[in-house]
Amino acid sequence: MSKLHVSTVVNGDPVEFLADPAMTLLDVLRDELNLTGSKEGCGSGDCGACSVIVDDRLVCSCLMLAAEAEGRRVATIEGLAQGGQLHPLQQKFLEHAALQCGFCTPGLLMASKALLDVNPDPTETEVRYWLAGNLCRCTGYDKVVRAVMDAAAELRQERV
Amino acid sequence: MSQLQYLAPSTIDDAVLALAASGARALSGGTDLLVQLRAGRMAPGAIVDLKRIEGISGIRQEGGAFIIGAATSGAVIGEHAALCRAWPGVVEAVNLIGSTQVQGRATMAGNLCNASPAADSVPALIAARAVCIIAGPGGRREAPVEDIVTAPGRTSLAQGEFIVAFRLPPRPARSSDAYLRLIPRTEMDIAVAGAGVSLTLDAEGRVSEAYVALGAVAPTALLVADAGAALVGGRLDEDSLSRLDAAARAACRPISDKRGTIEYRTKIAGVLARRAAQAAYQRASDQA
Ligand SMILES: Cc1cc2nc3c(=O)[nH]c(=O)nc-3n(C[C@H](O)[C@H](O)[C@H](O)COP(=O)(O)OP(=O)(O)OC[C@H]3O[C@@H](n4cnc5c(N)ncnc54)[C@H](O)[C@@H]3O)c2cc1C
Ligand code: FES
Ligand code: FES
Repeated sequence: MSKLHVSTVVNGDPVEFLADPAMTLLDVLRDELNLTGSKEGCGSGDCGACSVIVDDRLVCSCLMLAAEAEGRRVATIEGLAQGGQLHPLQQKFLEHAALQCGFCTPGLLMASKALLDVNPDPTETEVRYWLAGNLCRCTGYDKVVRAVMDAAAELRQERV
Repeated sequence: MSQLQYLAPSTIDDAVLALAASGARALSGGTDLLVQLRAGRMAPGAIVDLKRIEGISGIRQEGGAFIIGAATSGAVIGEHAALCRAWPGVVEAVNLIGSTQVQGRATMAGNLCNASPAADSVPALIAARAVCIIAGPGGRREAPVEDIVTAPGRTSLAQGEFIVAFRLPPRPARSSDAYLRLIPRTEMDIAVAGAGVSLTLDAEGRVSEAYVALGAVAPTALLVADAGAALVGGRLDEDSLSRLDAAARAACRPISDKRGTIEYRTKIAGVLARRAAQAAYQRASDQA
């Protein structure tokens, strides 16, 4: 089977790659582009470890074909820190010890980023429902939720 | 090595041609299709991505009706204020599908055509009397949502046919709808049973028209005419609610599985029908 040529933008940079039609976006990110921050926990949309933002929508990159990325903008965990400076979400995850093994963390950070992009002042309930598609086996979620609430508060401060 | 082809036609005619080939499968959000593909449960020859067809995504109003493009994601549906006001039950059913991530991609067309008995948007769409606008080798046709799924995993769509859009009919004053499902937790699970109710009230607050549909209690979602009729003429007094409950239970032909027994599903279907009717009634009354 011939490969498909795909042009896309990843974390602001134009990127081109060749993909087998059956390859997922996650396969290409990890195995072709060496962006291994996005993880494969389940491959079936259940765990959220592969979460990325495509044209401003949070999606599971394991449930999207790489070919579908043609002409789209993809944001992954690798683009979250800016010039060596951690994003407030990353900083707060560290401060609140919102990670242990870290496998779920890139997905949780991208999901949290997508939330704060559309809702800078979420309630705790809103955070919990928004993140329901991100599974974590270690933290018990409370510290994650606190870190997201705290990062949201800091980002609101930065805006004023 | 996979023999899979990926096609992304930009017109309806090209999509019909691509889908008419044997082994071709439509792709919308991929939240069912890619799971099945990866699990090796199907091996299509070609995947025909419908999302590049012009006009296939988005919501527009046409003489009081809403036309929802087949590739419109759940997230986009939930953000449409006018649609949420007119059809809160349809919107809540669509928004129950999966996580935030799944909502970013999942569509009503995929939910319907995957043909799971437990698909959440389907009872709400049937109760809403939604119509599918279908393109195919023979041109355009329309069919009510309840005519699409014929058995688990099977639809009445012919080779080459696909859903282009859904139409929700114009809404009289004092109309509303609701959808409720039971799952063992609050997120990320498959319905044990689901119930959609859409109704219209007269100026005195009596139900003048009502439709009730049930999910996950039979091989396909059911439109239960007796259950709707039980509500008409009343104000959701206990008498009409218990007739609704009985009619809903009588229509059930469920299976027993890990999510629930036949007895449990049947009882719950009646309870959910009652509660969905009450929610729809309240919403319709609040408009007065
Ligand atoms: C983690 C997770 C949680 C989920 N939770 C729920 C839930 O709570 N409730 C629920 O009901 N479902 C749930 N689902 C299942 C799935 O997300 C839904 O059924 C969704 O609506 C499918 O839509 P899609 O656009 O992704 O379909 P796709 O996967 O693109 O397609 C599904 C099927 O429909 C066909 N198809 C797609 N578009 C068309 C069209 N326009 N015309 C004709 N045929 C078409 C495809 O060929 C395929 O057979 C969940 C899935 C995941 C991964
Ligand atoms: S790897 Fe994509 S959701 Fe689990
Ligand atoms: S930190 Fe280990 S899975 Fe979340």
